[in-house]
Amino acid sequence: MNKQLGIFQVVVEDHKCVGAGQCVVVAPEVFDQRDEDGMVVLLQAQPDPALRPAVEKAVRLCPALAIRIEDR
Amino acid sequence: MTGPSPQQIVIVGASAAGVSAAMALRDQGYAGRLTLVDAQPHLPYERPPLSKRVLTLPDEEPSWLYPAQEYSHKAIDLRLGLRAQRLQEGAVHLDNGEALPFDRLLIATGVTARQWPGQMQMQGTHVLRSWDDALRLRQQLRQARRVLVIGAGVLGCEVTASARSLGLHVTLIDPQPVPMQRQLGPVLGGLLADLHRAQGVDLLCATGVQRLLAQDGRFAGVQTDDGRTLAADLLVVAIGAAPSTDWLQGSGLDLREGVVCDAYCRAADGIYAAGDVARWTCVHSGKLRRVEHRMHAAEQGAHAAANMLGPQQVFDPTPFFWSDQYQVKIQGYGFVEEGDEPVVAAGEVQSGRFVMAFIARGRVTALVGWNAARDLRLLRGRIGLPREQLAAA
Repeated sequence: MNKQLGIFQVVVEDHKCVGAGQCVVVAPEVFDQRDEDGMVVLLQAQPDPALRPAVEKAVRLCPALAIRIEDR
Repeated sequence: MTGPSPQQIVIVGASAAGVSAAMALRDQGYAGRLTLVDAQPHLPYERPPLSKRVLTLPDEEPSWLYPAQEYSHKAIDLRLGLRAQRLQEGAVHLDNGEALPFDRLLIATGVTARQWPGQMQMQGTHVLRSWDDALRLRQQLRQARRVLVIGAGVLGCEVTASARSLGLHVTLIDPQPVPMQRQLGPVLGGLLADLHRAQGVDLLCATGVQRLLAQDGRFAGVQTDDGRTLAADLLVVAIGAAPSTDWLQGSGLDLREGVVCDAYCRAADGIYAAGDVARWTCVHSGKLRRVEHRMHAAEQGAHAAANMLGPQQVFDPTPFFWSDQYQVKIQGYGFVEEGDEPVVAAGEVQSGRFVMAFIARGRVTALVGWNAARDLRLLRGRIGLPREQLAAA
């Protein structure tokens, strides 16, 4: 049912993050960076389905492969 | 060989560039055969942690690029432990006798760590490129007391920081005047030198190693070019890496310092290269460049994949790199060239948080952040713009 509605979860493994910020560049509604060390901040774990293409781009661009999408 | 729609794609080299290309091909709807081959036996893994957490955390495991099932899930035929030996007549020939014919080929075989002459004949010497190298180095660091690192590039500096944080005595030697001169330029390189010295590293810049010394078949130290003898019990050689192109001899490709490509990452009809091995043509300057950064590999792999399937797009990246040393996060965008003028664009050097911009011919060519990830990200768009625009809000 969730998949039909386009509902998806964003999962971030913070220990992998290297602070590149590429996720913020492509999906600023979903990601931000901590000021002190540039580590990722997940703003919305369940973003609007319309943001899925942007989040998919963030997944591929992350140099540490720290982001994944889960369809629940 | 190069029809409009490829049906068989072969990727040689399953690290960051090769795996990124494979995933991008499937993402873009390529439904034909896709073979990803690598000489190493391990599932594809991340290299950046090998000089950092893998050395400092005793039980750290490899960080896989993707879980094993992801490859089969995407119908990517991952063939590990097979070495490509020859490229001939539209096929890649492997060391097990198999031939892999292709409509499109991506060469992503990366680089091989350069060794110091004679180091293989002594125990206690290391290069660092693979997971196996890292495991061996981690084990030996446990018993070491005095570590000597030859080469103060990114890898040498990171290994030094890791060994120092394990409480070992570390000497870092390089003939350049400052560490990471190529990536940071002389001013930032000087700050990095200060950082290492403040952490207790015995940093010897503008110094060359004359020869390695051994005792009873074990590394015992080095003789420097200014006549000093430095004793140590573990050696890490971090003097750079050579593109892995031996297997392409006789293929007809231009192999001068990597696989030479045009501005589309194309080495020949239907043949592309990406990552550390690729020396591609920069569209604006016509210069050939080869970049050994993690994110660049993924970007170029994905770009080559897109070019394999559809209309050719010029590859014109703004490479990103990072280096974590002690409590400092160094990050950069663009290309720092000799003679570029460094200008503080955000923060202050004194506070330990700043962004340095590099100016050439009146324009911003590169940015390097020092514990300033957010500021760096916000300034990224200024690359290519006139220097006056750095101050704009």
